[in-house]
Amino acid sequence: MWFTSPDDAATRLAATGYLADAATATTAYLAGALEKPLLVEGPAGVGKTELAKAVARSTGADLVRLQCYEGLDEARALYEWNYKKQLLRIQATQDSGDGQSWDETHDDIFTDEFLLTRPLLTAIRREEPTVLLIDEVDKTDVEVEGLLLEVLSDFQVTIPELGTITAVRRPFVVLTSNASRELSEAVKRRCLYLHLDYPDAEREREIVSSQVPGLDDVVATQLVDMVSRLRELELKKAPSIAESVDWARTLIALEIRDLTKQAVSDTLGVVLKHVSDHERAIKELKLRS
Amino acid sequence: MSEHRSGSGLLDRHIAFLEALRSAGLSVSLAEDLDAIAVLSALPWDDRSIVREGYAAALVKKHGQRGTFDALFDLYFPRMIGEGATALDPDAEEADADDPGVRDNAEALQAFRDELLEALLSGDQERLQQLAAEMVARFGSMPGRGPGLSSWSAYTALQRVAPAELVEQIVRGLMGEGRTEEEADRAAAQRLGGFTRAVEADARRRIAEEKGPDHVAKVALRPTIDRLDFLQMRKSDLEEMRREIYPLARRLATRLTQEHHARRRGPLDFRRTVRASMSTGGVPLVTHHKPKRPHRNELVVLCDVSGSVANFAQFTLLLVFALRDQFQKVRAFTFIDHVHEVTHHFKPGADVVDVMADLAASTSHAALWGRTNYGRAFTRFAELHPDAIGPKTSLLILGDARSNYSDLALDTLRELASQTRHAWWLNPEHTRHWDTGDSAASRYADVVPMVECRNLTQLSDFVHDLL
Repeated sequence: MWFTSPDDAATRLAATGYLADAATATTAYLAGALEKPLLVEGPAGVGKTELAKAVARSTGADLVRLQCYEGLDEARALYEWNYKKQLLRIQATQDSGDGQSWDETHDDIFTDEFLLTRPLLTAIRREEPTVLLIDEVDKTDVEVEGLLLEVLSDFQVTIPELGTITAVRRPFVVLTSNASRELSEAVKRRCLYLHLDYPDAEREREIVSSQVPGLDDVVATQLVDMVSRLRELELKKAPSIAESVDWARTLIALEIRDLTKQAVSDTLGVVLKHVSDHERAIKELKLRS
Repeated sequence: MSEHRSGSGLLDRHIAFLEALRSAGLSVSLAEDLDAIAVLSALPWDDRSIVREGYAAALVKKHGQRGTFDALFDLYFPRMIGEGATALDPDAEEADADDPGVRDNAEALQAFRDELLEALLSGDQERLQQLAAEMVARFGSMPGRGPGLSSWSAYTALQRVAPAELVEQIVRGLMGEGRTEEEADRAAAQRLGGFTRAVEADARRRIAEEKGPDHVAKVALRPTIDRLDFLQMRKSDLEEMRREIYPLARRLATRLTQEHHARRRGPLDFRRTVRASMSTGGVPLVTHHKPKRPHRNELVVLCDVSGSVANFAQFTLLLVFALRDQFQKVRAFTFIDHVHEVTHHFKPGADVVDVMADLAASTSHAALWGRTNYGRAFTRFAELHPDAIGPKTSLLILGDARSNYSDLALDTLRELASQTRHAWWLNPEHTRHWDTGDSAASRYADVVPMVECRNLTQLSDFVHDLL
């Protein structure tokens, strides 16, 4: 059992420093209770990956991570045969000349000893509680999604030479996506869905204060207020939570105790990463007179 | 809650809810249906918002559809019935509730408006929700209407209370808190918009109580933003749409790159293949291929910016320019009865809001007399910008083909189209409206292939196929 109720999920996640809202806590609880994978979508830097880590921390499970990228294939996601070792084994048999038949060698080299497990298989074979994080699943090619289907729906992996390996203990699966492309219906159907968005001012202030100890309450309020004002503007890339936290750290490093217009305009580069966004922010917020 | 007896009615309601979701365009499979049931069994039932989140996690897999889901959820699983718990509670502040006569008079109206102003100023969501319900109950009822007509109206309530008149006071209040005028304007508009939506939702809830949710779900729901017609947009939709453009362009670009990569293998590179085979004893285990040169088109966009179709033209232009690195070169011209080049407004990395404003301002250059005249526009274009068209260009014409019964200059257009590699016409009107009134759709369609393009989904599909 992962969490006993949505409230339990919220408290335990909070204890490890992840402040979840109602939707996040509910969905995290459900993903554990129904043993279904959880697909988390949302803009960059709102804590999608962090959620998986927090679940692992709060339940004492180990985290197995599969980082997706374009060109990821079966050999790096599921399993691979250790060719070199197999080759050595065959040569060793031949050299010793003890007349072991081909059949025996064949059976011998397709065993566990020569199998290199990759994240997906590792997560399934583990007997301890495991959180499997499949990060940035939208970056992969469509074929890899097909590969994921068997793992996500039945928690099993079929290896032609060994047969089907079924999970001894179902891992808590979290998939994250930036929605840079639509995932296939088949993957979505097998998952519970959670859209993480920018938090409201109150929650963001708590997050920033908990992540950056030593930040003055007044400055924290000013900062969160300024970030939410920035998000209201039509920017190419609105500042995320990660950027708010960075900003808070910057302010501490620069020993800025009051977020004046001058201070904002000097440190704007920490939160906004496009030139046009800078210009817009300066114009709309009248940062420079 | 592990079993659903047919007697409880919950299962029926659940199925009706799913039906409504499906007819609103969400693809809910049987597997997700079962998941939702499992979710309902696993959740505690004391908090409505938790049930809603759990339901959504199992059923809604696209963020854009969440709004539709929430609206339908409110219909099928309403927040409260009738007046809700406050009316039953004798200690509630509405002491005058026993006397229905005084609930709606000038004095009550003024008191209510003061209360509303206060809530809008503080931005307290919970309170606004309550006020919305109260407002429909007190000012939105239309008792004594004939059967078949609903007796609740958001419109009446909004007309009577007129929250829009409070804008100025809210703006002043917000500026008092140290915000700039522009920001205060935006915040006020946002809060007011939120409140208006809450009132509309509450009226829908009331009507659904009377006539059944299925009826309301069919009539009262707006399509999601990507299925909304360009020609039927409200001001708030335009803003939402503008925010959609860049993510959409990014998704399209990713999809295109991936598809191009999948087709990347060019013809066999014999030399490299043989060279690589040396390490495997002359057996060519791995074949090498020549890289495929992607050919990039030049694109010329010619768009009608007269009032009726201006939005459509702007969004298409934004999308095309967001995807500009997929083309070798993009040029854009706007016209009403005269042609004006607008390419220079689209600087790389320029701000969307500024571009839109510039475009709107430059509209006057595209008009001499201000009446749409396609024939004249095409003739002028051929005269003034002959260099824009060449054998490598694709020509894209945007407009509703309504030319005020003027000369169509079909020959000029045929001439233009024949000089280009491809030519298309995007028409934002539904196919059934083509050729009605002054529309010359099918006559132009004979010259240039015409495509119906009413919403963002159709537009992105078209742009994807174009590339």
